[in-house]
Amino acid sequence: MSISPSAVAALEVRDLKKTYPNGVEALKGISLRVEAGDFYALLGPNGAGKSTLIGVVSSLVNASSGEALVFGIPIRTRRSEAMQMIGLVPQELNFNLFEQPFQICINQAGFYGVPRKVAAERAEKYLKQLALWDKAFEVSRTLSGGMKRRLMIARAMMNEPRLLILDEPTAGVDIEIRRSMWKFIQGINAAGTTVILTTHYLEEAEQLCRNIAIIDHGRIIVDTAMKNLLGKLDVETFVLDLTDACIELPRVDGVKVTRVDEHTIEAEMSRAHDLNSLFAALSARGITVRSMRNKANRLEELFVRLIDANDKEQAA
Amino acid sequence: MNADGTLIALGTIVRREVTRILRIWSQTLLPPAITMTLYFVIFGSLIGRRVGEMAPGISYIEYLAPGLVMMSVIQNAYGNISSSFFGAKFQRFVEEMLVSPMPGWTILGGYVAGAVLRGLMVGLIVLGISLFFTKIHLYHPLITLSTFVLAATIFALLGFINAIYARKFDDIALIPTFVLTPLTYLGGVFYNVAQLPSPWKEISYANPILYMVNAFRYGLLDVSDISVGWAYAVMLGFVVVFGAFCLSLLRRGVGLRT
Repeated sequence: MSISPSAVAALEVRDLKKTYPNGVEALKGISLRVEAGDFYALLGPNGAGKSTLIGVVSSLVNASSGEALVFGIPIRTRRSEAMQMIGLVPQELNFNLFEQPFQICINQAGFYGVPRKVAAERAEKYLKQLALWDKAFEVSRTLSGGMKRRLMIARAMMNEPRLLILDEPTAGVDIEIRRSMWKFIQGINAAGTTVILTTHYLEEAEQLCRNIAIIDHGRIIVDTAMKNLLGKLDVETFVLDLTDACIELPRVDGVKVTRVDEHTIEAEMSRAHDLNSLFAALSARGITVRSMRNKANRLEELFVRLIDANDKEQAA
Repeated sequence: MNADGTLIALGTIVRREVTRILRIWSQTLLPPAITMTLYFVIFGSLIGRRVGEMAPGISYIEYLAPGLVMMSVIQNAYGNISSSFFGAKFQRFVEEMLVSPMPGWTILGGYVAGAVLRGLMVGLIVLGISLFFTKIHLYHPLITLSTFVLAATIFALLGFINAIYARKFDDIALIPTFVLTPLTYLGGVFYNVAQLPSPWKEISYANPILYMVNAFRYGLLDVSDISVGWAYAVMLGFVVVFGAFCLSLLRRGVGLRT
């Protein structure tokens, strides 16, 4: 599904600044626009300002200056209307550990003015979709880490938001559950809900998101389509597992080969460069390649480079 | 948020509070019942017999009963909101409400209603216990009920302010220990302030609990050490001032939003 710019963005942030009372400048004039229906990644290293930005948008943090609008509604002056359209899955667990998942969902719906009967139907629907229905009436303290994360997603869906914000929703969750969560969120997005995702699993962002912003030191350093960003990556690194010990590294033009251990080497090369010459050089030495993989996923590689470049710029 | 939605949100908080009170009844309802039974046994039955009449036809234990009911209402309304709201802050599930479209007054109203209901439950329990020790009249039902609600509301609002500023659990224990308990003991629960020498008598008139205890006593026994009109003026004044302060704290996000 392609997203075309519309008159009213799901989220529009203009020159947003936040300085905490201790003097820390968490946001230094951020502007971005998330189109309605988008699946948008907000990435950045720890302390970059992602959670502060989400805090401002969800009204938990008061901005020092600037403006944030949800579907054209300014949060500062029309908070109640703006919040009606947002669902938030925060980074930290923030539900009553002594309540049952079903009750937590019902209460959340109540806070948004959803009648109890409708709330009960929605709670059942989303707890079932997130494979939590068999735990719906157990004390939430007893749920596993992955279940608690899914409960927060179910809770965020209780007001059926037009904009769903997920702040590291899959942190500490095993890959199987993570994939089931991706599937659920993709379904929500396909049904028309705009999704903003922050994550440290860059593979997750690459697979799910159409557009991406990278934030560092309180500033947006990249805001573009995912495919545009990935298109900028001109170097790839492959890890090759060898059947025999590689005593002497092969020399191949345009390929930087380094040894990881006796049976593993890394080859860094331009994306335009083919792998045949490397395989030929290894074959000439009687070395067979048992398996090969990308060292990091493409987005991860770009992310690290961009953050490094920004750090150097900041230091200069 | 429209009026129907706001009512649903308000009802959700109240329901959650009442569920919590009933779920942990051994911490919320049982302790005041035991403590007040001991007060009735020791101060009412044992010591009270030697005190004699506090007003014509009013024995000490009859005089004491309304004060003990009001004391438990005040302590429990305060304790309920301070521990519940601070608990929500501590466990961070207060954020569920803060990110919702609910206006601040709905959050405040829901928690205050929960605290008043706990005060009502405890008050009725203590009133029931008092019937084992003395007879209770109900001379002015409306005054009794309105004093009950106003006193619980005032101390619920104070408990809310305490919870807003508290950073650790110790902070919500300080005020009840060092402010609330002394004010209650010096608020005319056990004695008639008119019997105090100067300047203690005049100082006692600055204690808001004195007005609540006496208005409540008037409702039940038709006797009061002070003017009931003054008591209402003081109580309504505190409700307005504390209520406005709480709403201002919520609007500015003090202790809740960064």
